[in-house]
Amino acid sequence: MANEENQGHNNPAIPGMDVEGEKLASELTADDTIRVSKHNTDKAEIDGSRAERKTSYKVEDFAPLTGREEDWRFTPIKRLAGLHTDALTGTAPVIEVEAPAGVTVETVGREDSRIGSAGIPEDRVAANAWSNFSEATVITVPAEAELEGHIEVAIKGTEMAPAAQHILVETKPFSKAVVVLRHTGSAVVSQNVEFKVGDSSSLTVITLQQWEDDAVHASAQYAALGRDAKFKHVNISLGGKTVRVTPSTRFSAPGAETEMYGLYFVDAGQHIENRLFVAHTVPNCKSRVTYKGALQGRGAHAVWVGDVLIGKEAEGTDTYELNRNLILEDGPRADSVPNLEIETGLIAGAGHASTTGQLDEDHLWYLQARGIPAEEARRLVVRGFLNEIIQQIRIDSLEEQLMDALEAELSISNN
Amino acid sequence: MATLEIKDLHVSVILDDENTKPILKGVNLTINSGEIHAVMGPNGSGKSTLAATIAGHPKYQVDSGEILLDGVDVTEMSVDERARAGLFLAMQYPVEIPGVTMSNFLRSAKTAVAGEAPALRTWTKDVKGAMENLSIDPAFIARNVNEGFSGGEKKRHEILQLELLKPKFGILDETDSGLDVDALKVVSEGVNRAHQANDMGVMLITHYTRILRYIKPDFVHVFVDGKMVEQGGPELADRLEEEGYERYIGKK
Repeated sequence: MANEENQGHNNPAIPGMDVEGEKLASELTADDTIRVSKHNTDKAEIDGSRAERKTSYKVEDFAPLTGREEDWRFTPIKRLAGLHTDALTGTAPVIEVEAPAGVTVETVGREDSRIGSAGIPEDRVAANAWSNFSEATVITVPAEAELEGHIEVAIKGTEMAPAAQHILVETKPFSKAVVVLRHTGSAVVSQNVEFKVGDSSSLTVITLQQWEDDAVHASAQYAALGRDAKFKHVNISLGGKTVRVTPSTRFSAPGAETEMYGLYFVDAGQHIENRLFVAHTVPNCKSRVTYKGALQGRGAHAVWVGDVLIGKEAEGTDTYELNRNLILEDGPRADSVPNLEIETGLIAGAGHASTTGQLDEDHLWYLQARGIPAEEARRLVVRGFLNEIIQQIRIDSLEEQLMDALEAELSISNN
Repeated sequence: MATLEIKDLHVSVILDDENTKPILKGVNLTINSGEIHAVMGPNGSGKSTLAATIAGHPKYQVDSGEILLDGVDVTEMSVDERARAGLFLAMQYPVEIPGVTMSNFLRSAKTAVAGEAPALRTWTKDVKGAMENLSIDPAFIARNVNEGFSGGEKKRHEILQLELLKPKFGILDETDSGLDVDALKVVSEGVNRAHQANDMGVMLITHYTRILRYIKPDFVHVFVDGKMVEQGGPELADRLEEEGYERYIGKK
């Protein structure tokens, strides 16, 4: 397994970014905290601050895509199947919501005033969906409600005509909820998913991409956090031909926390892309980003980009982002690009790590030193690597289903 | 009755593809079942290299000499074969393994070492009892291996494994480092239990004499610059306590 990739960055001064191999990088992880400087990372200087990126609800405000744009340079544009060019008039995947008592589920028109309360598109494909959706699903968790069980949102694709979809989830102050978005079937769809996380409320979102092999999915997922709010996002992509998820967190008041987890398993010919953005623009908020991926087969392509912006007002920020890619056999390609932009020195902590490679030899050593044969040690470590994200779901039945799905994936490469 | 014999062992650390550096320069040591040997030496003398080499860490290369377990040379064996043959290394820096739970790990290790899966009911009871003896919070069984454990918690878990896997020989690599007195007592009691219950031979590697108040050695060896330079009974430890290693340094 010689194919280790860690490309797409141009700032070798940041430790961890140029390191090939999980082991080396994990040794570096401890000291790769980014010190504040007057300069942004090279890339930010080239492209301007992430804070200055264009935002608009209208598709015509974005130029047609060429594939050379910073945020599309890893994406096979042709495989977007019209999501970037066509009017998205196809039938959107069918949404069915099962929610505990007390939760309000509505289907509303474009003019509903709540739409846009948590997000605004930052790219042409998301804006295209925003310009074209006809109705939106709005799920509201009332103030102080602590739900028994989770809200299940089944999203089933039924046809391959390019379509637009809009979903909004709002947790009112002091409420607590878990939402599972489960994407299955076949579709070509661009989505905007808004999460409005009210003051002192807690929202966990698990978004599962378990599409059929032909699906094309672009999903812009925006979280807007109120004061002392807690948001946890677990983004798991297993199926689909081309899947591009762009989750973001924006803080509006101090004391809020976001945890963003991701797991992707990329097979031959699959393109799975995750672009994260955390905008620290107010003081004393915390963010953690942990994405892990396993890749196997020819043409398997994973992209992870993690942008974290710490604005000059964001004193006391505490942030760390991590991406690990495990290459299971020859053939795949992983691009991994962490970007930190820091405009204040008065922070609690900021760091990142990115590694792509094979299994950590230290893990295998420890297990073998306890008598576990090499092959079984490897099996345990591979499953542990994936399980670390699955464990964040905290819904037993769903964790089991996903571990089964991962077993099926692993059996393809005899792992 | 089992014997672990180290004969004229020379070992180098592998620095990179081309370079190695000699660390062990002719180590001789014989440990029988039931014996406790303290191997004491200054930092950098190669004590941990000796421990890791016995367990088979790939970073170390045996240049010459033998490590015989009941007459069989283990340097030809893989890491896991050595563990199944009855060698156990309690590590100085136990590794954290994301996503692998303690319960899954302990059961896999026991199954591998014993050659068959342990009977569920007695196993659960054994694990619970061993954890209780070491004052380990029962909730730790659901946590990932060593993940987020404090230094003291990691050491307790090494000894937990020592008690559950019942090796013929336990090699303790600076198990006392970083432990406060209470934790040191708990850990030492665990080692003594395993020693008594299984007639385990012990190689206790340490820099300080502190742990020898709780684990009583039959033999003390002074280890300097890659080999044993003096051996004696427990009284040798007392002399080291008073005089330190100065008199050995420079004497090669």
